[in-house]
Amino acid sequence: MHIPDGYLSPQTAIPFIGLMVPIWGVAVNKVKKTLKKREVPVLAIGAAFSFTIMMFNLPVPGGSSAHAVGAVLLAVLLGPWAASIGVSIALIIQALVFGDGGILAIGANCFNIGVVMPFVGYWVYRWIKGQADGLSSRAIVAAAIGAYVGLNAAALCTAVEFGAQYHLFQAVDGTPLYFMYPMKMAVAAMMIEHLVLAGPVEAIITALGLGFVAKTHPTLMSDKVPVNGNPGHSEGVMAK
Amino acid sequence: MMREYKKLWMALGIIIFLTPLGLLATGTAYGEWSTDELAEVLGFVPGGLARFADFWQGALLPDYGIPGMTATFMHSAVGYIVSAVIGVVLVVGITMLFAKVVKD
Repeated sequence: MHIPDGYLSPQTAIPFIGLMVPIWGVAVNKVKKTLKKREVPVLAIGAAFSFTIMMFNLPVPGGSSAHAVGAVLLAVLLGPWAASIGVSIALIIQALVFGDGGILAIGANCFNIGVVMPFVGYWVYRWIKGQADGLSSRAIVAAAIGAYVGLNAAALCTAVEFGAQYHLFQAVDGTPLYFMYPMKMAVAAMMIEHLVLAGPVEAIITALGLGFVAKTHPTLMSDKVPVNGNPGHSEGVMAK
Repeated sequence: MMREYKKLWMALGIIIFLTPLGLLATGTAYGEWSTDELAEVLGFVPGGLARFADFWQGALLPDYGIPGMTATFMHSAVGYIVSAVIGVVLVVGITMLFAKVVKD
């Protein structure tokens, strides 16, 4: 899902960078206001988790590959704005140091993977979770479904950006200038891989990751502790 | 920074160690084909794509590998783990800068 340079016209890639600048600005402000100092290492670990999870290429029958991202896991733990920052940092390092994803395409990649995915995933998570506690099994299932939907939303955005190139930008001789397949083909190919393979893997990783955090650091996941309430679920239960 | 989330850091370390599993999938991801692959499949490289494909020349560890050290799976695996470690150090280092600007 990391769009390389050359696949998007500059007329597409540059506006995405222009779109990302204010989004990053808002995200940094939100994080500065809402993230606590002791949560910063969690964001750092989460961003690093996302970076490494994207290195686990999954073989797609037919000779392609895809991967999970981890963006919704971050969004569930720290909120979608923090997730945007963490995933954007991972994507920028991947592009600069490892040539994974383009530099001109960095705006589009950060938008698809770093904004659409955590926000869509987070909305789905909140909607399904409802009033259930952050540590409940309902919340874990909600996060897994959110991760599945979020990854696929990102894949769909990527596919539409790809496909649009074919229809909008052609050389004088009629050959495509940038991405080279029509919209239908791009959407079909991207969505099959992510709906069938990468999406379920994303859901499983998100559930396992949250399960691990729930066990080791339950306070990161329980909803805001009420003023008179019992802090930290497991400790609270044990204390009784 | 390290002690409070010791188990999360340890999990991250295990994930880094396991990253070479990602090398088992050798296919190129959809829409990430090299110009060579495109030339082979399409018979040509789209003009605009050819112009911008090599826009960035600064990748020190292209494709998460140490240049010239990709002959065997073991070589690639070492390069992959080294890349994961360097990537994680950079990502963590940059993200931790937020500790200077957030409250309390």
